[in-house]
Amino acid sequence: MTAYPAATALKRTPLHALHLEMGARMAPFAGYDMPIQYPSGVLKEHLHTRAAAGLFDVSHMGQIALRPRRGSMADAALALERLVPVDVLGLPPARQRYAFFTNADGGIIDDLMIGNCGDHLALIVNASRKDVDERHLHGALSDICAIDMLEDRALLALQGPAAVAVMTRLVPAVGSMRFMDLRPVLIDGASCLVSRSGYTGEDGFEISVPAREAEELARTFLEDCAVAFVGLGARDSLRIEAGFCLYGSDIDEGTTPVEAGLQWAIQKVRRRNGARAGSFPGADVVLEQLERGAPRRRVGLKPRERAPVRAGTLLYADLSAPRSIGKVTSGGFGPSVAGPVAMGYVPDAFSAANALLFAEVRHKRLPVEVTELPFVPHRYKRS
Amino acid sequence: MLKFTQEHEWVRVEDGVAIVGITRHAQEQLGDLVFIELPTAGTRFEKGAPAAVVESVKAASEVYAPIGGEVVEANQAIVADPALVNSDPMGGGWFFKLKIADPSEVDALMDEAAYNVQIG
Repeated sequence: MTAYPAATALKRTPLHALHLEMGARMAPFAGYDMPIQYPSGVLKEHLHTRAAAGLFDVSHMGQIALRPRRGSMADAALALERLVPVDVLGLPPARQRYAFFTNADGGIIDDLMIGNCGDHLALIVNASRKDVDERHLHGALSDICAIDMLEDRALLALQGPAAVAVMTRLVPAVGSMRFMDLRPVLIDGASCLVSRSGYTGEDGFEISVPAREAEELARTFLEDCAVAFVGLGARDSLRIEAGFCLYGSDIDEGTTPVEAGLQWAIQKVRRRNGARAGSFPGADVVLEQLERGAPRRRVGLKPRERAPVRAGTLLYADLSAPRSIGKVTSGGFGPSVAGPVAMGYVPDAFSAANALLFAEVRHKRLPVEVTELPFVPHRYKRS
Repeated sequence: MLKFTQEHEWVRVEDGVAIVGITRHAQEQLGDLVFIELPTAGTRFEKGAPAAVVESVKAASEVYAPIGGEVVEANQAIVADPALVNSDPMGGGWFFKLKIADPSEVDALMDEAAYNVQIG
């Protein structure tokens, strides 16, 4: 008998047993044994999310609480601003905001959500970057904040047009929440932190729930006929259609926020001439690119033919050019678009919408059109 | 005569022509197919050469020529509607027909009982 080496043992979320019970096909993802799909399959799970409501287990993601040691939220916000080019000080209580940790070159160490919980900041980070982020936070702001990686909480996402009806049947009060609102609520006696947000482009909620109550909450959601479990396979096709970056594919330490088209997340107060301009890692690079543009851009790519164009595919300016000009970073079949969808990086000169490029798939150059993102309009609850 | 490969293709010989497809087990593993690329008539394959591409939402996979031969026909119905392979993999979801170069290559493939043992 061979012992399974402990170093490679996969971690499990609190819903692991439920995934197996539901017939999920499991695979390793960021060190966790995660559901890729359930018996209905990626295509139907994707379409169900856009038509009704999909339930996702995203408990592998990191949940971090930053608690100001002297009780001042302004201290915590300003400390975190040392690491992100985002207005944290101006984030009102009960709101959350998208952000990214930058490195000295303006590259992205991770992208994250920052929530203002009134007496602490709640961060959601990528599973694959938890350890890196935790060290990064400790190195930069442990003098100001206690940094607590919350290992005892699960994270569920309920996404789709029926999500609000499903949620309000359990907790009527969440019906008044707007996109990016954050609220602590009791659901069946479980102390949850709910945000109106997600990674699909649909209206929906993300629910942080104590690990021991996660399975019961998931079962309660699944009892609603509008809700189906959705795995990481459809989570990926949904977020590509929504034009969102996946850390490690579309953004990493070698891509800047401006190259990635994430400049919308950098508020004026952190830009040149803002009250708290700069003072984050790589500010010189990022602020310069904000004003003068970046040498390359992340763009949407719509293949004109039916073949999916996947991550790693090289892009060419024409049918015969010997050297590629860029690369696809995410791509596949978009079930709601009913065709192939992709995104990738191209030089600024080729980044205008409708520019025609060629993707080399199996030794053939297929026409792809640069296009605006997202492929499927976002349907957030904004008002 | 119905035969199978370890790579989950099936071969049915009718009138000296080998009809090739992928098994029910293979389509289950791949999931809903969304794109299929087939060889054109006249293409010659050695046994084991990549002959077609199937893509699901998640990934692309190759289908191999189970035996050597020349393509005499490709099933354009599955190009137009890849879901046909999921719904009828052993029938209407066939991929292409090969003019058999060496009948002994067909004989050497697994029979259905052996294939069922392989997939458990």
